[in-house]
Amino acid sequence: MWWTRLKALIIKELLAVLRDPKGRAILIGPPIVQLLVFSYAATLEVRNVDLLVLNRDGGKWGYELVQRIQGAPTFRRITFAQTPAALHDAIDRQRVIAAVHIGPTFSRDIEAGRPADVQIILDGRRSNASQIVGGYLNQIVATLAADTPAGQRAATAAVSVVARNWFNPNLIYQWFMVPNLVASIALLIGLVVTALSIARERELGTFDQLMVSPLRTHEILIGKLAAPMLIGTFHITIYILAAIFVFGVPLRGSLVLLYGSAIFYLGSVVGLGLFISALSKTQQQAILGAFLFLVPAMLLSGFATPIENMPEWLQPITLVNPLRYFLVIVKGVFLKDLPLSEIARNTMPLALIALFTLSAAAWLFRRRLE
Amino acid sequence: MTATAHGVGKEDWRGSAQRLATLVRKESLQIVRDPSSILIAFVLPAVLLFLFGYGVSLDTARTRVGLVIESQRPLTQDLAASFQASRYFEVSIGRDRRDFEEALVLGRVRGLIIVPATFTSDFAAQKNPSIQVIVDGSDPNTASFVQNYTQGVVANWAALRGAEVAAHPPPISVEQRFWFNAELKSRNFLVPGSIAIVMTLVGTLLTSLVVAREWERGTMEAIMATPVTATELLAGKILPYFLLGLTSMTLCVALAVLLFGVPFRGSLLALYALSASFLVPALGQGLLISAATKNQFLASQVALISAFLPAFLLSGFLFEISSMPTVIQWVTMIVPARYLIPSLQTVFLAGDIWPMFLRDIAIMLLIGAVLFLLAARSTQKRIA
Repeated sequence: MWWTRLKALIIKELLAVLRDPKGRAILIGPPIVQLLVFSYAATLEVRNVDLLVLNRDGGKWGYELVQRIQGAPTFRRITFAQTPAALHDAIDRQRVIAAVHIGPTFSRDIEAGRPADVQIILDGRRSNASQIVGGYLNQIVATLAADTPAGQRAATAAVSVVARNWFNPNLIYQWFMVPNLVASIALLIGLVVTALSIARERELGTFDQLMVSPLRTHEILIGKLAAPMLIGTFHITIYILAAIFVFGVPLRGSLVLLYGSAIFYLGSVVGLGLFISALSKTQQQAILGAFLFLVPAMLLSGFATPIENMPEWLQPITLVNPLRYFLVIVKGVFLKDLPLSEIARNTMPLALIALFTLSAAAWLFRRRLE
Repeated sequence: MTATAHGVGKEDWRGSAQRLATLVRKESLQIVRDPSSILIAFVLPAVLLFLFGYGVSLDTARTRVGLVIESQRPLTQDLAASFQASRYFEVSIGRDRRDFEEALVLGRVRGLIIVPATFTSDFAAQKNPSIQVIVDGSDPNTASFVQNYTQGVVANWAALRGAEVAAHPPPISVEQRFWFNAELKSRNFLVPGSIAIVMTLVGTLLTSLVVAREWERGTMEAIMATPVTATELLAGKILPYFLLGLTSMTLCVALAVLLFGVPFRGSLLALYALSASFLVPALGQGLLISAATKNQFLASQVALISAFLPAFLLSGFLFEISSMPTVIQWVTMIVPARYLIPSLQTVFLAGDIWPMFLRDIAIMLLIGAVLFLLAARSTQKRIA
C-alpha cells in the first residue's frame, strides 16, 4: 500500500522534471557541453603564447638564443621590437605575455668568459601563466649557458634530476579534470533539481494538495529524494562512460566501490538540496540559495586548488563539504586503485552529512506543517 | 500644424517618461522586497571575493613531500638540509622509498624525492650524479610544481657546492622581472577577475530569473496590455539592475582595495566606464534568456551555462585562452567577460591604458547591441 503511494510520487517527481521537452534538454545538453568545455578548455598548462624579443646584441650568441626560443613549441609567435619603448607598450597592452631583452654586450661577455646578462620581463597581471613562461625561458637560457665555453667546463659537476609521474605518466590534464567533473556534475544537478522541487510546488500552490493526500511526511521526503538521486546517478554514469571511452582515463579501481560511495554522496547532496528547499519560499530563492552553496562548495573542495594551499584557519570549513570527500574517491578509484579502507574513510563523513541534512530537512518540514 | 505635432510629441515623451519611472519604481521595490536579490547582489559578491581572496590560491604553499636518503653521509645530509630549508616543501625524511609509497597513493604526500645510495660517490667522481623525483600525477599542476621546485632546490644546492669547490660563475645570468605584480600574488589578479563574475551574476542570472518569473506568472502579459511599449518595458526592467550591478561592483572594489590590499592604480572613470559597458551585454543576455525560456528553472540553467561558466572558464580568468583548442578560442570571442577581465586587471594593477580599454569597451557594446536587438525581437514576437 505505502509502496504504491510512494511509487506514484516518485513517478510524479520524475515527470515534473522530465515532462517538458525543454526541461529534458536542460538535463542532457548543458552537462554534455560542460563536460566538453571543462575538459578541453580548463587547463593550467601554457601553450601557444606570444613573445617579444628585443635583441640589441649583434653577435652569434644573441642570435643563437633567439633561434632556440623560436624553436621552442610553447611559443606561437615571436615578434621583434627595436626599442625598449616598443617592448613596454607590447607588455602594457597585453600583446605578449613576456619579453626577452638581450643586451648589447651579450656575445662579447660570453666570449670573454664574463657573466652575460639576459632580462626577462613578464606580465604580472597573469602571474600564474607568466611564471610558467618564465620557467620555460629560464630552461632555454640554461641549456644555452651549458653550451658556452664556460658552461662546458662546468658541466661535469651538474646534478641531474630524473622525474617520474605515478598514476598519470604524461601528466595529461584531462585525467585529472574528467574524474573531478564526475563528482561536481552530480552536485550541480542534484542540488538544483532538489532545491526546486518543493519550492516549485509551494509557489504553484500544489504543495497543499500533496499535504492533504494520504502520503505521510516521511513518504513525501523519500519521494522527493528518490527522483534527484536517480537523475544524479544517471549523470554520474554518463560522465564515467565518457571518461573511459571518450577521454581514455584509466579505470584502475572498482566501479562497485565507486557506486557504493556515490549513494552516500548523492544522499548528502540531495539532503542539502531539500534543506535549501525547505528554507525558501519561492523558486527564485531556492535557485539562488542553491547557487550560494554551490560556488563555495566548488572552490573549497580541492578541485580548483589543493586544500593544503588554503590558509590553515580556512581548511576546517572544507570538512563539511561533501564534494571534498567524493573527489578523493572518484580520482582515487580511477587513477590510483584506492584501497577499500581509504574509500570507507572518505565515505563515513558523507554518510554523516547525509544523515544530518536529511533529518534537518525532515524536522523543518514537520515544523512547517504544524 | 507644426505646433500640434510638436505638442503631441512632447506629450508622448512625457507620458513615456512617466511610464518608465513607474516601471523602474515597481522593479526597484521588487528588488528591495525580495531577500534573495539582496543575497545575490551583496552577500554572494562578498562571499566570492572572500573565497578568491583567501581560499583559491594559485601560489603553492608548502607541499608535503617524502625525502628518501638511501645512505646517510655529510653530503646527503647537506642536501637534505637544503630541502628542509626550502619554503616550498614540508619534508619528512625516510631511509627507504617503501616508507612513502603508500602515503603517495593515499595523497598524504605529493611527491617522493629519492637520493640514491650511490649519490655521494657519483658526486665526488663527477660521474653525472642524479636524484629521482616521483610525483603524484593525479594532480598534474601540483606534480609539475613539485618537479620544478625540486629541480630548483637541487640546482641551487649544486651551484653553492660548485662555488665552494671551484669558482664557476654562471655563464649567463637571467634577470627576471614581473611587472605590475612584483610579489606574484595570485590574489591580485583573481580578485579583479571575480568582480567580473559578480557582475555576470547580477546582470544575467538575477535579471533572467526576475523576468522569467513575470512570464511564468503571466504578469508580463498583464503589463503588455497596458500602454507601455516594448522599449519602455525593457528599459524599465534594465535600469534598476544596471544600477544594482554597479552598486555591487563598487562594494567589491571597496572590499578588494580595503580588505585584500589589491593595488588600484587606474582611475575611477576607467573602472566605471568598463563596468557600465560590460553590464550592457550582461543585461541583454539576461533579457534574451528570460524571453526565450519563460520559465525560472530553465532560465537559471541557461544563465549558468551560457553566462556564469563562460565568464569563469572562457574569459582568461583562471585559464589561459591561448592554451585552449582553436574552436574553443573562437567561442571565447563572443564571451563579454573576456574583454572585461584583462582591462579590469589592468585598471587595478597597471593603471589606465586607454587604447586597450577603448577597444574592449567598443567590443562589449557591440555584443550588447546585438543581444538587445535579439531580446527586443523575441519580446515583440510574444505580443503578436
